[in-house]
Amino acid sequence: MTEPLTPATPAALAEAVRAHPRVLAVGARTKPRLSRVPGEVALLSTRDLRGIVEYEPEEFTFTALAGTSVREIGRALGAKGQYLPFDPMWAEAGATLGGTVASGVSGPGRFRFGSVRDFILGIRFVDGMGRLLRMGGKVVKNCAGFDLPKFMVGSLGRYGVLAEVTFKVFPTPASHLTLKLSTSGAEAAARVLADAANSRWECDALDLLPDGKTVCARLAGPAPALEAVSREILARWPGQALSATEADATWSDLREFRWTHPGGALVKVAVTPSVVPALDTAARSIEGTRVHFSVGGNVAFVSFPAPAPPTAFQERLRALGLPGVTLRGDAPLWCGARSIPAVAGAIKQALDPENRFPSTED
Amino acid sequence: MSEVLHRLAALLPPDRLLTGPAQLAAYESDGLTAYRTRPLAVAVPETTDEVVALVRFCHKERLPFVARGSGTSLSGGSLPVADGIVIALNRLTRILRLDPVQRLAVVEPGVVNTQVSLAAAPHRLHYAPDPSSALICTIGGNVAFNSGGAHCLKYGMTANHILGLKAVLPTGEVVEWGGASREKIGPDWCGLFNGSEGLFGIALEITLQLLPRAECFHTVLAGYRTLEQAGDAVSAVVASGLLPGALEIMDALALEAATAAVHAEYPPGAEAVLIVELEGTREAVAADRGRLDAIIAASKPIEMRPARDAEERIAIWKGRKSAFSAVGRLSPDFIVQDGVVPRRRLGEALRRNGEMAREAGLRVANVFHAGDGNLHPLILFDGRQAGALERAEALAGRILKLCVEMGGSITGEHGVGVEKLDYLPAMYNADEIDCMMRLRAAFDPLCIANPGKKFPRAGAPALQHRGLHPLEKAGLLSRE
Repeated sequence: MTEPLTPATPAALAEAVRAHPRVLAVGARTKPRLSRVPGEVALLSTRDLRGIVEYEPEEFTFTALAGTSVREIGRALGAKGQYLPFDPMWAEAGATLGGTVASGVSGPGRFRFGSVRDFILGIRFVDGMGRLLRMGGKVVKNCAGFDLPKFMVGSLGRYGVLAEVTFKVFPTPASHLTLKLSTSGAEAAARVLADAANSRWECDALDLLPDGKTVCARLAGPAPALEAVSREILARWPGQALSATEADATWSDLREFRWTHPGGALVKVAVTPSVVPALDTAARSIEGTRVHFSVGGNVAFVSFPAPAPPTAFQERLRALGLPGVTLRGDAPLWCGARSIPAVAGAIKQALDPENRFPSTED
Repeated sequence: MSEVLHRLAALLPPDRLLTGPAQLAAYESDGLTAYRTRPLAVAVPETTDEVVALVRFCHKERLPFVARGSGTSLSGGSLPVADGIVIALNRLTRILRLDPVQRLAVVEPGVVNTQVSLAAAPHRLHYAPDPSSALICTIGGNVAFNSGGAHCLKYGMTANHILGLKAVLPTGEVVEWGGASREKIGPDWCGLFNGSEGLFGIALEITLQLLPRAECFHTVLAGYRTLEQAGDAVSAVVASGLLPGALEIMDALALEAATAAVHAEYPPGAEAVLIVELEGTREAVAADRGRLDAIIAASKPIEMRPARDAEERIAIWKGRKSAFSAVGRLSPDFIVQDGVVPRRRLGEALRRNGEMAREAGLRVANVFHAGDGNLHPLILFDGRQAGALERAEALAGRILKLCVEMGGSITGEHGVGVEKLDYLPAMYNADEIDCMMRLRAAFDPLCIANPGKKFPRAGAPALQHRGLHPLEKAGLLSRE
């Protein structure tokens, strides 16, 4: 594979797309399976396509080039007392804004207000004909045109290359408090997740740690309120409040996937709280496999010791009717339950008539 | 009845294909009463299978169709087409599943917005999007137009609350996207379908996320001598780091209307009223309410009134939500606009709108979602006066163009429909519109699903009179 091209402006990005018969955009490559496609393909790195184009704290919006790292965004927003509530993953590893959108991966903090799809407002992207197009808007409310910005979330660069993204942001909560709650295992933990999610407490994040029995609940808001709510939670389930340092380390380890097997496969699965015990059993029946349930039991990240998850796991996913995507490893891109409507092919043709971007099946 | 309609009638039990002029008259118009078109027929399916059969028939026969819920679209989204049929979805009103553990509801498209929250209330859950027409508008229509409401800054629009969709596409293909999980795998098809204004097909089953109802509210109403002062107060609240659930402003003319309609009482002498609402756990609201009150007090209101109990809070919202239809009492006719500007330019936008209104010799009432820069200027006119409608439309157009110039949008929540067809090119260039047309062609190669909406089609419907919708006159519908 030749060195990636590194366009530094949206116009240069469009030009690079036009100049090659087959192209795929890559960011920091923190989710390498998503860009490993067969055959000859010119890689367009967004390494030099970076920087904040516009940031108006009073508007609760910013616009940045696709290659800007989410860490840099976090710093700029933090300086103005704001943040991206969907809690981008792999921030310390250098994940880019464009890669975060294209992969559709959000962090634990998206429990409260929603995921990357709920905060994206507008995009500039290059379609398969090499046209630089703007879709969506730069204001927090807009419904003119089709919502292609949302469609790009999870689209893996197969329909277009992102040049620039506009997001909604929120003011950073006054304080945070994280509780670790002990349970007897996945079955009990799933009940804690569901009960806490349906409570009056307004948790900010609600995760089941890879140990399979510790639930981490994060609260956000004015400090006196968090103390009162945490006393109520700890009266219900055994557990403890973490120090700020411990809490930061716990959430950072989850966001950076430090609990996963280096070199092993990593699969994201869309789940529901009720299926948490069954998926936990299926995953742990494979020697050494670890799983982190996030977002109150709506997302599972499954890490395997081997580069490819055993076919038995894939079959189990299909049997449970759960869809997944491989972020790292040698497994097929999509795993588990999946149906491909005819219109999917028509939309691919509409945006990429010459198949300049890789197939959605690669 | 034509031969095609005879065959269409055979798809449904007797009496569920309406073709009589008196029957069709009720479907000629929607919330945008200026437009009126008589369809060939109105089909009234009662099951999703019947909807699929109807769409497949339309595809086979190249017969245009327009899906309709309660007909509350303010942009003419459910206006019929003369060479096609209306598929009325009002009888698909079943809540198929309500799951308090997964916090979701699966509903048919004809379910009325507030019915979802009502059904979820025993579980202390609710469905967040709350357009002003929530008492009558349907979830299917909300999905088609990505409806908003007063709580969009914090909670987003309809699309942010749709977990899954089963839909019939204009080709007759039935698709299922997303599902019970709050996470999605692959591109966000539900997001693309939302807000497609009926051009991508008809939603048959919609999975909605439900949220725990906020435990506690703190609602403050404040009156100001000028709109600018109210706008400055919004900026101060936003800069404070608080995240209110709602931030709404009404101007003097809107206040006059609300006072007349629901006997709302506002601070005497107020040229603008601001409504701010905090919500959360009782502990969080207790901790933040003092801060909010101090910010409002420092913004020099004539008077501020924190709601002391639930009854006072409801009264504040009743005045706000009634303001649109109340304006109908001030003027024989009016146009509701729906532009968005960056929040920091609200004051400037209102000032320039005022100047343009004076130049045009028209009165404009303003009600807006200040938290997200969504303006709803109501342009008052008397359709009996020659040229008044044209002057009002010209002013509406100038306001929308100003919104785009300021970096905003021609529509925050009402959609393009037929009303804003001329203004889409102000936001998108020819390549961008071509891209959207390609998407539309991929979903609907024959161009039979709601043709003439969102993008122009030859033979646009003629303008008729404006005025209150019959449902508004009956007090069943309000505009926002």
